[in-house]
Amino acid sequence: MATRELVHKHGKELHMNNFKIIINGIIKENPTFVLLLGMCPTLGTTSSAINGFSMGVATLFVLICSNTAIALLKNLIPDAIRIPAYIVIIASFVTILQMVMQAYLPGLYQTLGLFIPLIVVNCIVLGRAESFAASHGPWQSALDGLGIGLGFTLGLSLLGSTRELLGTGKIFSYTIFPENYGMLIFILAPGAFIALGYLIALINHLKKA
Amino acid sequence: MEYLLILISAIFVNNIVLSQFLGICPFLGVSKKVETAIGMGTAVTFVLTLSTIVTYLLQHYLLIPLNLEYLQTILFILVIAGLVQMVEIILKKVSPELYQALGVFLPLITTNCCILGVAILVGNGTYNAQGLQPSLLSGVVFAFATAVGFGLALVLFAAMREQLSRVNVPAVMKGIPIALLTAGLLAMAFMGFSGVV
Repeated sequence: MATRELVHKHGKELHMNNFKIIINGIIKENPTFVLLLGMCPTLGTTSSAINGFSMGVATLFVLICSNTAIALLKNLIPDAIRIPAYIVIIASFVTILQMVMQAYLPGLYQTLGLFIPLIVVNCIVLGRAESFAASHGPWQSALDGLGIGLGFTLGLSLLGSTRELLGTGKIFSYTIFPENYGMLIFILAPGAFIALGYLIALINHLKKA
Repeated sequence: MEYLLILISAIFVNNIVLSQFLGICPFLGVSKKVETAIGMGTAVTFVLTLSTIVTYLLQHYLLIPLNLEYLQTILFILVIAGLVQMVEIILKKVSPELYQALGVFLPLITTNCCILGVAILVGNGTYNAQGLQPSLLSGVVFAFATAVGFGLALVLFAAMREQLSRVNVPAVMKGIPIALLTAGLLAMAFMGFSGVV
């Protein structure tokens, strides 16, 4: 309860306009590089830039929908059971996403596999519901979902591009240097950890400069 | 023999954390001390095995007969959340010592994506059963092995981070970046197991 009030006060003090809410999600509270949330899809789906980008867009969709729905329903949900209620709302939108992807993008659904239903347990989605949508109006919450979703998409695309470039010499399947010079390790599991570690260190360095 | 293969494959070759990238949040979050890592590993093993049995039965005796497979995600996450709560309450009554040891980790487990992930894999029968027909028994063995693999990775990683906390690292690498690099090296070591099974 205390954190919710704090967040609420914080939000009022800033008098964030619409544009600021979006930018906040992309830069100041970037989920991948600053908040360090949602690490499983971040590491698991970024073996290529396009996969990372697609995963980001899928999460973006769920974030906007769940944030808006929770902001609309927040006065109807009793405080004591709000977390299970949020989880059900989020799971419903994830199920919609699963059905739409199975129907129109079966190839992509196969590639991303388990990580699509696992958006339900992605801490970013529940985190934004609790820290933003529960204390703001539907319009602002939708914008926050858009900003955080774009920030997540950006983070995943950046990590995906880095791994794809170092691993195969391509970005979004566009050849930068010949594939034989690529380091295969960056496409495999260890490369995900190492590339993300160095990217976060680089961003820490840029923030200080 | 096949069950042994499932065990080895899920613990070492396809380690849930280091090659499947599930359960990264607790892997990075609760790995500062070996003791807490052991506690978390035990709690996950307990809950993962139990939740896999329950979700498998629900999938095969409720969802499939009623053609409600599309409700899988919603039902599974609710069941897991409820189950964790129930385990917490029962443990508190039946074994206060065990509750003391595992209690703090239990609420964290609901958001551990390896629980839902394994429940979905076993429910759909899409895990690697090493040539066996997907069944409740092989599913439970797989879930147990996955959880042991999670615990093993967590304890190893915690031991490395305990050492890391005593050395000087560049300011920009402190905390998560150096932890991720260490995890990368650990993942590389586990890659050595590929081809064993």
